[in-house]
Amino acid sequence: MIDLVWLIPAFPLLGFLTLICLGRSVREPISGWLATTAMAGSFLSTLIVFIGMLLEENENRQTVFTLFDWIPAGDFKVEIGFLADPLSITMCLFITGVGTLIHLYSIGYMHGDLDFNRFFTYLNLFAFSMLMLVLGDNLLLTFLGWEGVGACSYLLISFWFSDPANATAGKKAFITNRVGDWGFMVAMFLIFFNFGSLQYLEIFDILGSNQIAETTTTFIVLMLFVGAVGKSAQFPLYLWLPDAMAGPTPVSALIHAATMVTSGVYLLIRVNPIMVEASAWSTGLIAWVGAGTALFAASIAVAQTDIKKVLAYSTVSQLGYMILAVGCGAYTAAIFHMITHAFFKALLFLGAGSVIHGMDGEQDLRRYGGLRSLMPITAGTFIIGWLAIAGVPPFSGFWSKDEILAFAWDKNPLLWLVGIITALLTAFYMTRQVILTFFGKPRYLDAGDDAGDDAGDDAGDDAGDDAGDVQPHESPWTMTLPLIALAFLSVVGGLIQLPFSSSTKRLEHWLEPATFHNETHLHLSSSTLWVLALLTLAAVAIGIGIGISTYLKEKIDRQIFEKPILNNAWHFDSTVSKVMGGPGFKAFEAVAKFDKRVIDGAVDGTGQIVKKTAFILRRSQNGLVRTYALGVGIGAVGLLIWFLSRTTI
Amino acid sequence: MIITTTWYLLLAAVLFSIGTTGLLVRRNPLIMFMCIELMLNAVNITFVSIGSHLNDLGGQLAVFFVLVVAAAEVVVGLALVVAIMRRRSRTNADDLKILGG
Repeated sequence: MIDLVWLIPAFPLLGFLTLICLGRSVREPISGWLATTAMAGSFLSTLIVFIGMLLEENENRQTVFTLFDWIPAGDFKVEIGFLADPLSITMCLFITGVGTLIHLYSIGYMHGDLDFNRFFTYLNLFAFSMLMLVLGDNLLLTFLGWEGVGACSYLLISFWFSDPANATAGKKAFITNRVGDWGFMVAMFLIFFNFGSLQYLEIFDILGSNQIAETTTTFIVLMLFVGAVGKSAQFPLYLWLPDAMAGPTPVSALIHAATMVTSGVYLLIRVNPIMVEASAWSTGLIAWVGAGTALFAASIAVAQTDIKKVLAYSTVSQLGYMILAVGCGAYTAAIFHMITHAFFKALLFLGAGSVIHGMDGEQDLRRYGGLRSLMPITAGTFIIGWLAIAGVPPFSGFWSKDEILAFAWDKNPLLWLVGIITALLTAFYMTRQVILTFFGKPRYLDAGDDAGDDAGDDAGDDAGDDAGDVQPHESPWTMTLPLIALAFLSVVGGLIQLPFSSSTKRLEHWLEPATFHNETHLHLSSSTLWVLALLTLAAVAIGIGIGISTYLKEKIDRQIFEKPILNNAWHFDSTVSKVMGGPGFKAFEAVAKFDKRVIDGAVDGTGQIVKKTAFILRRSQNGLVRTYALGVGIGAVGLLIWFLSRTTI
Repeated sequence: MIITTTWYLLLAAVLFSIGTTGLLVRRNPLIMFMCIELMLNAVNITFVSIGSHLNDLGGQLAVFFVLVVAAAEVVVGLALVVAIMRRRSRTNADDLKILGG
């Protein structure tokens, strides 16, 4: 049953092709249902492959299925092949599972949009690219998917491109990602140069038998990490993710929270045999970048006023946790958090989308309030998502975050400290968001007196000044059903990996064929683990407590936390824009000039020299037959003289 | 007086030189053609004379090849000359230089 793995990406591809052929000839809900069916088919085939893999023995769970040769060029050979192993199938399970739910949700969310069909065409193309990224058995195929999801991300961020801000956000995402792609490509060149192959399993074989210099593996890992920093929105390349919220909310949920942004983490875990060969400082750097990003983004999320911006910075922060886990060598913990995060962050984004839908496009937290009774299902599921991301046991987020923090403590207590402060901030800003949205007095009735003018913020695309007329309402069943399903998963998601005994660490055993026992082992006693867990819980409790007393009971002035500098993201984004718009732009112009003058000059110069020489030489071709005959005659005489001079008579 | 091979070779050399000079100095296409034939036949004389000197039939064999090729060349060449003359009479070889660089 594992050999059905090709069906997984085939369904979304079929859906994409069908939709692109049908174009505008189908009416609104049909295209959405087609796309959703394609995703559901993909999910079913993933399930079949998953069950087939469960029936196999542990060591038979890693297989490669080659479809055909893609690039046969001498020694360089790339095949279109799928690597089916527990890691890729785990990724496929939540990509297709969450993806199906989000497709279903989009049918309700995109209702009435003029480009309904285009939206679903892109979504299916995205799913196909993402599955190729995950299933590809070589780096180039992964790169193909990597670029595919990047392109889809661009298309979907700027989906409503008639607004220049959305188009700009799309471009920003695309260009920022290009920096990461550069790292990925350099890593690929290095790998091919040193290993002579791009296929994962071949690379790992060579790595096991040959001695590869540590500097080489370190450099490869760092370059792959640059790729991951771009795609997984780590500092300093995270800039594109908050802007990516310009896209429709289901896109934010699927691409910019649950799936695409985790591909950097996936890539690093996929090449874990190279990671363990790299020097310790490189993995330390990865861990610190992850931890730093987690804290940095969480501090920004505290002061955001746009419901989606809070979640965007929260995503950056949670991705930081995953990168931290990868840096600590805790691959299972990273995947575990990736899965639970996919559940609860997709839930939160879809919940936010449901709120925005019910509020006729309003995205400003300050204009919500008291929506609990008007949107009971959205509120209930959102609250479950809040508890999960904040890390309240027994919700899924607690287990995965706790595991990462334990590994961080084991590597360096300072990393753990950063992690736990982030956990506190996470609990705080999520509490703030939930209370501002669902509790307190309704503020949408008094049209924007207090909103929009303080802090010069970025809630630019709010639906505007007629906020007094909104009638908050619950969303249709296509939107609430995915919410309920995701809420259920957010509650029970932790069951796949419980830290109590070896037999409850199911995910760790399951992933063993893909992690090759490269995982770091914890050297902590169970009492230390209990203390750490209790400390995490205390931090979460403090975070939630401060949140409640600030925003619900209003005992603490909220201005203490909502600093303008946090709202402006530490001015990092604006500084980068300023540098790139001013001196940076000039520097690149100078480079462009160098390119034009020197590099292009050399190329053009060669042409000019040939042209000028030819202009002189062409006069010898005068068209007179007798001149040519004379030439032949002189040549013949010359040859004759030459022969005669060599002959001794 | 015995006529040795050298005499034949000298004759061939003289004929070849006349042909070459004629080809280079005359402009009438027909005369140029005749000069080429002269050169070819000078070569034929050397073939035959050296062949007889060495008692080898190969020399005479080569002459047949030259004759056949020359005949073919004359067919094509004269046809070209006739075609050009029909279009522009009183043309000499130096006027036909439109392929010049």
